[in-house]
Amino acid sequence: MTTHVLGDTGVLTGRSLRHILRSPDTIITTAVTPVALMLLFVYVLGGAIQTGSDESYVNYMLPGILLITIASGVAYTSYRLFLDLQGGIFERFQSMPIARSSVLWAHVLTSLVANIVSITIVTGVALILGFRTGASLGAWLAVAGILILFTLALTWIAVIAGLSAKSVDGASAFSYPLIFLPFISSAFVPTDSMPGPVAWFAENQPVTSIVNTIRALFAEQPVGSDIGIALAWLVGILVVAYGFAIVIYRRKIS
Amino acid sequence: MTTEPAIRVQGVTKSFKEVQVLRGVDFDVAAGTIFALLGSNGAGKTTLVRILSTLLKADAGTATVNGHDVAAKTAEVRESISLTGQFAAVDEVLTGRENLILVARLRHLPNPGAIADELLARFSLTDAGKRKAATYSGGMRRRLDIAMSLIGDPPVVFLDEPTTGLDPQARIEVWQTVKQLAGQGTTVLLTTQYLDEAEQLADRIAILHEGTIIQNGTLSELKQLLPPATVEYVEKQPSLEDVFLALVGDSSRKDT
Repeated sequence: MTTHVLGDTGVLTGRSLRHILRSPDTIITTAVTPVALMLLFVYVLGGAIQTGSDESYVNYMLPGILLITIASGVAYTSYRLFLDLQGGIFERFQSMPIARSSVLWAHVLTSLVANIVSITIVTGVALILGFRTGASLGAWLAVAGILILFTLALTWIAVIAGLSAKSVDGASAFSYPLIFLPFISSAFVPTDSMPGPVAWFAENQPVTSIVNTIRALFAEQPVGSDIGIALAWLVGILVVAYGFAIVIYRRKIS
Repeated sequence: MTTEPAIRVQGVTKSFKEVQVLRGVDFDVAAGTIFALLGSNGAGKTTLVRILSTLLKADAGTATVNGHDVAAKTAEVRESISLTGQFAAVDEVLTGRENLILVARLRHLPNPGAIADELLARFSLTDAGKRKAATYSGGMRRRLDIAMSLIGDPPVVFLDEPTTGLDPQARIEVWQTVKQLAGQGTTVLLTTQYLDEAEQLADRIAILHEGTIIQNGTLSELKQLLPPATVEYVEKQPSLEDVFLALVGDSSRKDT
């Protein structure tokens, strides 16, 4: 059946993309919260925040906002996967001669497309709010690559949640800590303004290295050791989440 | 037609944790016949169908479908079967036509659009084909579900409680579809908790009770198990179903 993996994945991805097209609110709600946060931080809180750099505050916080966008966007993947499992269409697919992995990959690719759209919307709003960068094409591609890796890593976590959830609420609850994580990082305020243990956590959790890398790329600064740490986190989370998701999936379908 | 049975189940057992759901099930289904598995809720009907359609592995025993072992040759079994589960497995966001095209594509058939149109016509869903399946009535949804199962003409069709939750007209429509299928040489294994459904449709009926088949035979064979009929004169009253169907007529059999 492996000969059909690509074709089957394509057909099933087309199906879930059509779901998104028919309910574009899933992309809009994904973009609305980060945009609201951005307005809040730029026009309300930002004036009082000392970032220690002469960059505009929009430039400073955009990387964190993009990560929050993705973290809230992947919740829809576990939601859609859970609905498939509940509704019986999942069993229909499993009893048909189609490649087994296609069912999951279709959801993962759909998540990637949906998140790219949301991120584009959020970045567009940031440009209106005054976000400016002189980043080269290479730097833009590097940012895109990191965001895609971040989306894939979080999407596979979403797949675990969707496969193992017992209720619709449970399917998307996993995303709340992920959405919250950027707040305890260098995304909105410098970590050295936090009390000791919090600063230690903030400096050593994955979001800080990812945020610092994207911020440096946009600001045309050297990325230093941050990019290595960020990539190690991203690939590590991706591999572990993928492994767990596949084990749970196998257990589910055998 | 081969003389080999289309479905052969031998000594199949299955337990979930402590609960033994199937305690050694044996039966054969001849190709091109309708076989009804009759049993109350919790008798193990769905578990058995899930094993035969490769969704679940049996603890012991063997089962073959269309000559392929369900545990060892899952890919071949999936090529030979289609499953219509207890809950209509349609994609509610897609239209009826898109649902059919989706399945035709996943079965790697040429001209998915033409296949979809042909099935929409056959199941009187042509007008509803452009509407989202979420807007369908229970009977239409079930018809779409069965239509999706027939794409690619699988030789063996499993129908797990196909009429549960349907109104009387929709039930009769499903029955007609099932009879048509068997008429074309498709083997149908159907589970039901309705005695009249088994009586209406099945060439053979097996009664699954507490995890084993306690009787297996044709309707007349099963009837002979009871004491011979005595002749009584009873005024024939129409059943409520007869009244209902006479009152609403055939008009509501179209798309609603």
